[in-house]
Amino acid sequence: MDKNKYAQKSIDPATQAMLSKAEQAGVEVAWERLEKQEPQCGFGLLGICCRNCNMGPCRIDPFGNGADKGICGANADTIVARNLLRTIAAGAASHSDHGRDVVETVLHAAEGRAPDYEIKDEEKLLALAKELKVPTDGRSKQEIALDIAVKAIDEFGTRKGTLELLGRVPPQRKERWEKLGIVPRGIDREVVEIMHRTHMGVDTDYVNLILQGMRAALSDGWGGSMWATELSDVLFGTPKPHKGVSNLGVLKEDEVNIVVHGHEPTLSEMIVRAAKDPQIVEFARSQGAKGINICGMCCTGNELLMRHDVPIAGNFLQQELAIITGAVEAMVVDVQCIMPSLTEVAGCYHTKIISTSPKAKFPGAQHVAFNEEKALEIAREIVRIAVENYPRRNKEKVFIPAEKMEFVAGFSVEAILSALGGSLDPLLNAIKEGNIKGIAGIVGCNNPKIKHDYGHVTLAEELIKQDILVVETGCAAIASAKAGLLLPEAAAKAGPGLRAVCEALKIPPVLHMGSCVDISRIMVVAAAAARALGVDICDLPLAGAAPEWMSEKAVSIGAYVVASGIFTVLGTVPPVLGSSNVAALLTEGAKDVVGASFAVEGDPLKAAELIVKHINEKRAGLGLA
Amino acid sequence: MKQILINLERCLGCKTCELACAVEHSVSKELFGAVCETPSPVSRVYVEKGQQYNFPLQCRHCSDAQCIKACISGAMWRDETTGLVSHSKEKCVGCWMCVMTCPFGVIIQDRGAKIALKCDRCPEREIPACVASCPTKALSLEGVPFYAKGKREEYLTNFKE
Repeated sequence: MDKNKYAQKSIDPATQAMLSKAEQAGVEVAWERLEKQEPQCGFGLLGICCRNCNMGPCRIDPFGNGADKGICGANADTIVARNLLRTIAAGAASHSDHGRDVVETVLHAAEGRAPDYEIKDEEKLLALAKELKVPTDGRSKQEIALDIAVKAIDEFGTRKGTLELLGRVPPQRKERWEKLGIVPRGIDREVVEIMHRTHMGVDTDYVNLILQGMRAALSDGWGGSMWATELSDVLFGTPKPHKGVSNLGVLKEDEVNIVVHGHEPTLSEMIVRAAKDPQIVEFARSQGAKGINICGMCCTGNELLMRHDVPIAGNFLQQELAIITGAVEAMVVDVQCIMPSLTEVAGCYHTKIISTSPKAKFPGAQHVAFNEEKALEIAREIVRIAVENYPRRNKEKVFIPAEKMEFVAGFSVEAILSALGGSLDPLLNAIKEGNIKGIAGIVGCNNPKIKHDYGHVTLAEELIKQDILVVETGCAAIASAKAGLLLPEAAAKAGPGLRAVCEALKIPPVLHMGSCVDISRIMVVAAAAARALGVDICDLPLAGAAPEWMSEKAVSIGAYVVASGIFTVLGTVPPVLGSSNVAALLTEGAKDVVGASFAVEGDPLKAAELIVKHINEKRAGLGLA
Repeated sequence: MKQILINLERCLGCKTCELACAVEHSVSKELFGAVCETPSPVSRVYVEKGQQYNFPLQCRHCSDAQCIKACISGAMWRDETTGLVSHSKEKCVGCWMCVMTCPFGVIIQDRGAKIALKCDRCPEREIPACVASCPTKALSLEGVPFYAKGKREEYLTNFKE
């Protein structure tokens, strides 16, 4: 078939090649499933279908010919707002439950119940202890970690009534939240309250509903996600810049390929360690392989590549394609963004899908229950299953695309500060002088409704051209890695101001800051910059974008980024257009309330224009040229 | 001539055809644009709940069309090239005789309530929007003989062992 067909689906040549292979082999992937779903349900797209009680399901006629209310009397505003809130609740719950797992691992490590984990970053542990007022004098790191973990676990309940890490928020911002009544009180509480408020016959006022959506989202951004980042750093080390390799070309023809996919670093860190064991490497050789190649996928991959020399095989829409190379012995999954289709795709090859979380089982997968108390032992077992599977690989079915691209990742807040010589001032000065016009965070998923990677890469290229420093996480960052934008040499693609700064600091114009929970790192930088300048976050020349978003987590992210005062452009339309009032609140009204709003723009070139315009306005507001 | 025919067992009553029809008759011809338009576009297909079945009903473009006979201004006419019952906005005087004589109730008023409005079988499309949008393929555009053959085959499955 013509190559052009695949070029319409993805800008990534490795993906195009694999789509061709998938079609020849008759293996169905997400893009075909999208075609079968089209045209998609208009009520769903507009957010005006309500299934919250069994008098329904109800739907509103968006053209005013039929029903304008559900059976209970809820109108389009109420229904759209309630649906949006439940989406935020699911997203915030996902990030925060991931955070909880990391907190519990720290707790168990500190208690000596998880002997394979250690406190790797003592410096970060002590900094956190200071921030949380945990005594450190004469205490072991286990004792300190235990206190911090207990404090962190309390964040999920409601005993304290406020979140510890809100101390990082600039005072102007916190005052705004207090006035609006949206200071998050407890991570789980806000999610539960959404489920309560959206039950039949509770909150009907769309403005009141959206405010609670913001509060729950803030409990994610400044709570669940932030704890996930902070304590992952404590356990596994705070990332530092280093080189890595990306795209499907990292799979190896003559080695046992294990793809770790999902989100949490707790198991994947152990798998990386287990695969280095000389005994297991020797076992792999005995099976005819030259070694064991651990590769990441999606945010598990991001967690690993931030801290180790572990290559990343691809982003969200490449998970099926990795299996279709025919060269993957095992895909090890935990939670989030794991396509239910994987087991069916794997059924066409020798690949074993190994599920590990009690929260996420997949019919057709082999389940090896992960337990942090025996973490390394379980990781060794998983690696052994993969190695034993190597002889079953059918060489005739193997095709690994050649494409791979080097990148530099590992830009934690600490690493950025270190690159700047210990303070944010050089960055702030560059912004004041106009060498850097502003900073844009590009985050989020892939979505087959947008040409794969096109949204991410086009927007990033366009923004750096205009001297806007880009910071990224998640699948957006993987897209930039594959496109070569995460290399210091990519500074040549930047405008003269940004280029000079990047060349002086030897950093790329697009900085990889981690997984999707690590958007908290971006929040920390934004808050610190606002504090340093004595202004609110919404006064800064900052913007966010999620050009290819699809997940509920992305909605929670968008909501906390906007509620934190950062203008955000979405590349796909959220299901809110069934209520012109809700749509107007999110795109206009929110400016008066939280100082920032959403925009929707599917064309990344036009999205770049919106961001440049916004950043220029904010510069003018600060009296900068 | 092909007709829009319905497989009654398949209609789940989702009203996707109603949305698709309104969007096809909007200015922007896409959902997100159409919901922002004033006046709102109007659907010409109606999903009704019967005793036993849901039924997406639109103008049947009858061979012996009562609406044409009743029309005093010549607004309702037979397009001999397509065989469809067509409606001329310009000629319509809004007397509603067609509404009264149509046995199916599928002729309604335009937004301004000045003229009649009904299915035009999507002249710009090969497959009408309602048919194309149906997620369960309850609606189809096909010749009556083909449809009838399908029904016969379906009936004969009663005689399977």
